[in-house]
Amino acid sequence: MTTTAPRPTRTVLSPPPAARPARSPRRIAFSHTLSRWDFKLSPYLYISPFFILFAIVGLFPLVYTAWVSVHEWNLIGGQGDFVGFENFAFVLAQPQFWIALRNTFSIFLISAVPQVIAALLIAAVLDRNLRGKTFWRMGVLLPYVVAPVAVALIFSNMFGDQYGLINNMLGRLGLDPIGWHSEILPSHLAIATMVNFRWTGYTALILLAAMQAIPRDYYEAAMIDGAGIVRQFFSITIPQLRPTLIFVIVTSTIGGLQIFDEPRMYDQFGQGGASGQWMTITIYLYNLGWGQLNFGRAAAVAWLLFLIIVIVGLINLAITRSIASNDSPEKVLARAQRRAARKELAR
Amino acid sequence: MTTSRRTTAAAALAGATAFALLATGCASTDNAASSEDGEITLTIATFNDFGYTDELLAQYEDENPGVTIVHNKAATSNDARDNFFTKLGAGSGLADIEAVEIDWFAEMMQYSDKLTDLSSDDVADRWVDWKTDAATDADGRLVAYGTDIGPEAVCYRSDLFAAAGLPTDRAEVAELLEGDWDRYFEVGQEYVDASGAAWFDSAGATYQGMINQVEFAYEQEDGSVIATENDEVKAIYEQVLEASATQSAHLGQWSDDWFAGLANGAFATMLCPGWMLGVISGNAPDVTGWDVADVFPGGGGNWGGSYLTVPAQGKNTEAAAKLAAWLTAPEQQLSAFEAAGTFPSQVEAYESDALLSATNPYFNEAPVGEILINRSQAIDVAPFKSVKYFPINDAMQKALTRVDSDKTHTIESSWEQFVADVNALG
Repeated sequence: MTTTAPRPTRTVLSPPPAARPARSPRRIAFSHTLSRWDFKLSPYLYISPFFILFAIVGLFPLVYTAWVSVHEWNLIGGQGDFVGFENFAFVLAQPQFWIALRNTFSIFLISAVPQVIAALLIAAVLDRNLRGKTFWRMGVLLPYVVAPVAVALIFSNMFGDQYGLINNMLGRLGLDPIGWHSEILPSHLAIATMVNFRWTGYTALILLAAMQAIPRDYYEAAMIDGAGIVRQFFSITIPQLRPTLIFVIVTSTIGGLQIFDEPRMYDQFGQGGASGQWMTITIYLYNLGWGQLNFGRAAAVAWLLFLIIVIVGLINLAITRSIASNDSPEKVLARAQRRAARKELAR
Repeated sequence: MTTSRRTTAAAALAGATAFALLATGCASTDNAASSEDGEITLTIATFNDFGYTDELLAQYEDENPGVTIVHNKAATSNDARDNFFTKLGAGSGLADIEAVEIDWFAEMMQYSDKLTDLSSDDVADRWVDWKTDAATDADGRLVAYGTDIGPEAVCYRSDLFAAAGLPTDRAEVAELLEGDWDRYFEVGQEYVDASGAAWFDSAGATYQGMINQVEFAYEQEDGSVIATENDEVKAIYEQVLEASATQSAHLGQWSDDWFAGLANGAFATMLCPGWMLGVISGNAPDVTGWDVADVFPGGGGNWGGSYLTVPAQGKNTEAAAKLAAWLTAPEQQLSAFEAAGTFPSQVEAYESDALLSATNPYFNEAPVGEILINRSQAIDVAPFKSVKYFPINDAMQKALTRVDSDKTHTIESSWEQFVADVNALG
C-alpha cells in the first residue's frame, strides 16, 4: 500500500488514459502491422488466383448444378417449376441408371487395376540402369500424346464385329468371333483397352519420378542384408511410393468414373449400345441432357456421380493407406537389424 | 477482418480482369460483325456437304459488295444438332444462318419464336408443298427455307444380281421390284436362296424406308404418343425383323462394319435417298457394280433433307434472310446438286435441263436426275413428326439393332424393351 503517494502526480501529469495507448502504438503499428500482414497474407495472395479461378469454374458450376437438379429444366426452355428431389427419384428408379452404374464400375475396374499394376512394373524396369533411358521413357509416354478420340476411332475399327482386325485374327486361329459391340463384357474389355493404351505410360512416368526420389541407401542397406530384387520392390519401393500411389489411384478413380470419350466414340451413335452394353454414367447424363434436352434430370445424374466419386475416392484412400503403411522401410530396416543381431548372438 | 478485406480486393481485381478480358473478346467480335461503313460479315453453319462451294459463296459476295461470308461446316448432323440447341438455349453464339436437318426439325419448331419469320411473296411457291408446310409454325410464320429433299430409290449391285441369276438392267430391276414390301422381301428370299449372301444392309435402314411411308407412326396430331399401341408400327417392326433373319447383312447403319460392307459386297441392295448416292460412291470408290433403279417398294418415300434458318439472336437477320433466300433459289440449289448430289426441294428446278439430263458415271451412267424426279413425284405421304418423333425413332432403331446386329434379344423381348424405353421418355 505504498503506492498511494505517487498516484495523484501520475494522474495529473499523464494525459487521459484512454487517448494515450491509442496514439503512440498507432504510429509504431502502421508499418509494423503492414509487415505483419505482408508476412501473414502474402502467401495466400500468391495462391489466390487458383482459388478464385476454382470458385468461378469449379465451385460455382457445382452449386449451380445442384440448383438445376431440383427444378424442371429444359435445355432451351430453361428453368421450370421447383420439383424438389423428383429428378433424383426418377433417375434412381430407372433401370438404365443402374445399368450405367454397373458398366462404369466394370470398365473402371477392368481399366484401373491392371493399369496401375502394369505402370508399377514398367516404372520399376525403367528405374534400373537401361541403355537409352530417355528413349524408353519417352516411348511409354507416346500413346498419351494421341488424342482420345483418335484412339477410340482406331480401336473401335479394330474391334469391329464382322470385319474388325481382331476378329479376323481370331478367325485365322480357328476361334469364334467375339461380339465386341453386342456383348457386355467384351465391350467393356475393348473400352478398357483404349483407356489403358493411353494412360499406362503416363501413370508409369509419374511412378518412375517418385521411384527416383527414393534414397539409394535403403537399397544398398537391403542388398547388404541379402534382400533380393523382389523383396526390395515390395519392402522398400512400394511403401516409399505411398503418397504417389495415393495420388495415382485417386486421379485414376476420378478419371475412370467420368470416362466419356472412349465409350462415346465406340460406335456410330455414341449412346452406349442398343441395350446399353457400354453406356456409362456420363453417357447416360449426355443422353438425358442433350438427347432428351432434360437438364434437370441430367443435373441430378451429375450430382449422383459426384457423390459416388467422393465415396469411392474415400474408400480408395483408406485402402491405400492401410496397405502401404504396414511396411515402412524404417520397420524393415529395424527388422533386418534385429535379425542381424540375433545372428550375432547365436554365433 | 483485414484478411478478408484484402483478399476480397484481390478477388475483385482478378474477377474484374477476367471480365475485362471477356468483354474485350466480345467487343472485338461485335466490331467484326458490323463496322461503321456498312460492311457486314455473315456466318453460315452447315453439316456434311450441302454443296455450297467457295465459288458459289464468292459469287454472292461479288454481287453484294460489302458482304463477307464465313462458312462453318460440322462433320455430322448430330454435332450440328447439339451445337444448335445448346446455343439456341444460351441465346447467343449461333451463326447468322443455321442449317437444320429434317430429323430434328420438329424439335426445333417448338422454339420457332426464337427464329426470324422469313415469309415473303418472292418465295411463296418456291418449294414442294409438304416442305413448306413443315416449316410453317402454328402462327403461320415461315421460319425455314428448304434446301434439299431425299426421294428414295433402290441401289443394287448389278454384278451380284448377275451372279444370282437376277436381271441387271435398271429398267428390268425396277420392274422386278415393283410392288409392296412383301414383293421386295420375296425377291430378296430368291436372291438369298440363289447366292447364300445377304439381300439388304440392315434392318434399321430398311425400317426407316418403311416407316417414312406411315403418316401417323408414333404420335397423333394432338401430340399424344401412340407408338407402343400402333399396330401398323408393330407390323412393320415384325415384318422387317422376320425378313432380317435370313436376308440382312446384320450391319448397323453408319458403323465401321457397314462402311466396309458397302465396299466388299456384303449385301446386294439398299434403300437410296438422293444424298446416299454420294455416300456410296465416296466410301466404295473402287466398286464398279453399284447401280440405281427407278423403283421403291410401297410407292415413294422421303428420307432426310434439310432447311436453312435465321436465328433471331443474330445481328444481321435481314441480310442473313436475303442470303438464305438466294442460296435456296432453284439456280443455286442446282449447282449444289451438281457439287454434292443434294436433290432440290424447289419445284421450278424439276423443269431444268441441268437436272433432267444429270447422269452419274459411278452408277453406270444412271440418269439420276430423271430417276430422282420420278421418285419425288411418287411421294404421297408426308409423315407427321412432332416433338417426340426423334427420341422414339431412336429407341426403335435400338430395338431393331438388338435383334438384327447384336442378336441379344428376340423380336418379342426387344419390343418389350422398346415399350419401356418409350415410357421412360415421359
